[in-house]
Amino acid sequence: MLENILEIKDLRVSFETYAGEVQAVRGVNLELKKGEALAIVGESGSGKSVTSKSIMRLIPSPPGKFKSGEILFEGNDLLKLSEKSMQKMRGSEISMIFQDPMTSLNPTMTVGKQIMEGLKKHQNMNKHDAAQRAVELLELVGIPNPEDRIKQYPHQFSGGMRQRVVIAIALACNPKVLIADEPTTALDVTIQAQILDLMKDLQKKTNTSIILITHDLGVVANMAQRVAVMYGGKIVETGNVDEIFYSPKHPYTWGLLSSMPKLDSKSDELMAIPGTPPDLSNPPKGCPFAARCPHAMKVCTEHMPEYTELSETQKTACWLLDERAPKVEPPETIGVGGAQK
Amino acid sequence: MVAYILKRILYMLITFFVIVSLSFFAMKLLPGSPYRNAAKLGPELVAQLNHQYGFDKPIPVQYINYLNKVLHGDLGVSFQYEGRTVNSILASKVPVSADLGIEATIIGVLIGIILGAIAALRRGTWLDYGVMVIAVLGISVPSFILAQLMQYYFGVQLRWLPVAKWDGIESHIMPVIALAVGSVAVIARYMRNEMIGVLGSDYIDMARAKGLSRPAVVIKHAMRNSLVPIATIVIPSLMTVITGSLVIENIFAIPGIGDQFVSSIVTNDYPVIMGTTILFSIFFLVGIFLTDLAYGVIDPRIRVAGGDS
Repeated sequence: MLENILEIKDLRVSFETYAGEVQAVRGVNLELKKGEALAIVGESGSGKSVTSKSIMRLIPSPPGKFKSGEILFEGNDLLKLSEKSMQKMRGSEISMIFQDPMTSLNPTMTVGKQIMEGLKKHQNMNKHDAAQRAVELLELVGIPNPEDRIKQYPHQFSGGMRQRVVIAIALACNPKVLIADEPTTALDVTIQAQILDLMKDLQKKTNTSIILITHDLGVVANMAQRVAVMYGGKIVETGNVDEIFYSPKHPYTWGLLSSMPKLDSKSDELMAIPGTPPDLSNPPKGCPFAARCPHAMKVCTEHMPEYTELSETQKTACWLLDERAPKVEPPETIGVGGAQK
Repeated sequence: MVAYILKRILYMLITFFVIVSLSFFAMKLLPGSPYRNAAKLGPELVAQLNHQYGFDKPIPVQYINYLNKVLHGDLGVSFQYEGRTVNSILASKVPVSADLGIEATIIGVLIGIILGAIAALRRGTWLDYGVMVIAVLGISVPSFILAQLMQYYFGVQLRWLPVAKWDGIESHIMPVIALAVGSVAVIARYMRNEMIGVLGSDYIDMARAKGLSRPAVVIKHAMRNSLVPIATIVIPSLMTVITGSLVIENIFAIPGIGDQFVSSIVTNDYPVIMGTTILFSIFFLVGIFLTDLAYGVIDPRIRVAGGDS
């Protein structure tokens, strides 16, 4: 059994808005093992980005607020750290890759300087050493002519190259945990594959633990060993990649898998899950997916189901797994045609 | 970059020519005569004076003659101050106005940027609201009202500062404040909005994710990006300062070019009107040109775009 590097316990995050309190994350439990890649999947508004930003403590406050929970990094609760100690963690122990490389680099600062900032801060490097390391990092992420490139500005790079720069910045101080918040969403498909290959390759080289936030199941199949499916601010199912793709038990996971376009499908229409995600300013009492679930029962709308442990790794929160529930077979459309492996 | 600068200089020359021409004809439409007691002079004397100054020729001819003289750097001789050339009048007045204008602009821009940044960083607090109230007041209260209120309270009632004139640092305080308040208000509002936008952008999150301290994030990442649009409104705010100075110089009896301009219009002193207009327009044109260059220095994306064209 591998050691947990990061453990999230009963995390609750809310935002104060004019319309009232929005409960974006409602009791999330997660653990990340050393050297593993964990994917958090779910649609927009499911709380996956808020969870990841919470780990970095990048939730703006106000309006954001940690209601309860712990985020243990190597046993220390990050939520209890002072802002100063947290600054020492960010970028050196835990770092982050953002979604849109077109906006996540400062347009008025050379790429080299942006890479060197973290090195100077965390490793007390002087200018010369930091510049040298910046060149090495650019080389590591596969940017040609790094000596010239470090003097250039972000607008002189293409989208894919910028994302490589962002990755270089994130890896600059050899972090133990890397959070990648939809790292390929803003890129076109061929570049997506390159960036994923790069990330996989770097993970092998550096043995960094990765949290991958995405709604793209293709990316999950490609990179992750374990998957957590989020819906309505809660984790509804977790398991390793094979379990989630080949024997999912939660109807929301079925829906997600069904809505993936298949190569062998003859239909022009994409499958979709009918309905919209729940309003988290007034979250449902029971299972958040009940309103959209084709198999919902009376109990689903009233009580949140407990997790059922299906294997050592797979846990699912669904009333269908209760022994009193009717037996429901997963729909055929979840077929793994979309998952490349 | 060189091609870009040359192109801009050519445009400036064209603009300058248009300004000179339009003001020349507009001035000829001014009512009244340049001679103080035209009625007493008698028609013969007036005709003789008109001949001496070339006013008996058709206006297009006068225009050509004037342009020719301007090209040779000769702005003519004043009607009101006997024997003094416009060049020498301007030369004696400009330093005072420049002094006033530069002080007001520097103070206005600096305070505006600082207040705007503070308001953005403390968004939604009483500090933010306080700055915005000052900004609204600064925009809506005309400088001459503020000037007179200050004269009354600080000059007449409290006697802390001299009511008028332009000697000694104390005499600068009120006119500079009166002139600067407008720019402080405009720049603070712009700066606040820009900074709020920048603080919400991904690269600020990214900078924080690197573990930079809050001051480092604000100064290295947020300030510079917020200043890009500010550079473009410094010149418009300078224009406010200059137009404002026409009135302010009058109120505080400051012997500057604005004061001179107003009296030359009242007395139909054609050469001085034209000379001052030319001076102002050169000043504006160069100012706008410098703004564009400054833009490029602050924002590298513009630098490159300019160089490619």
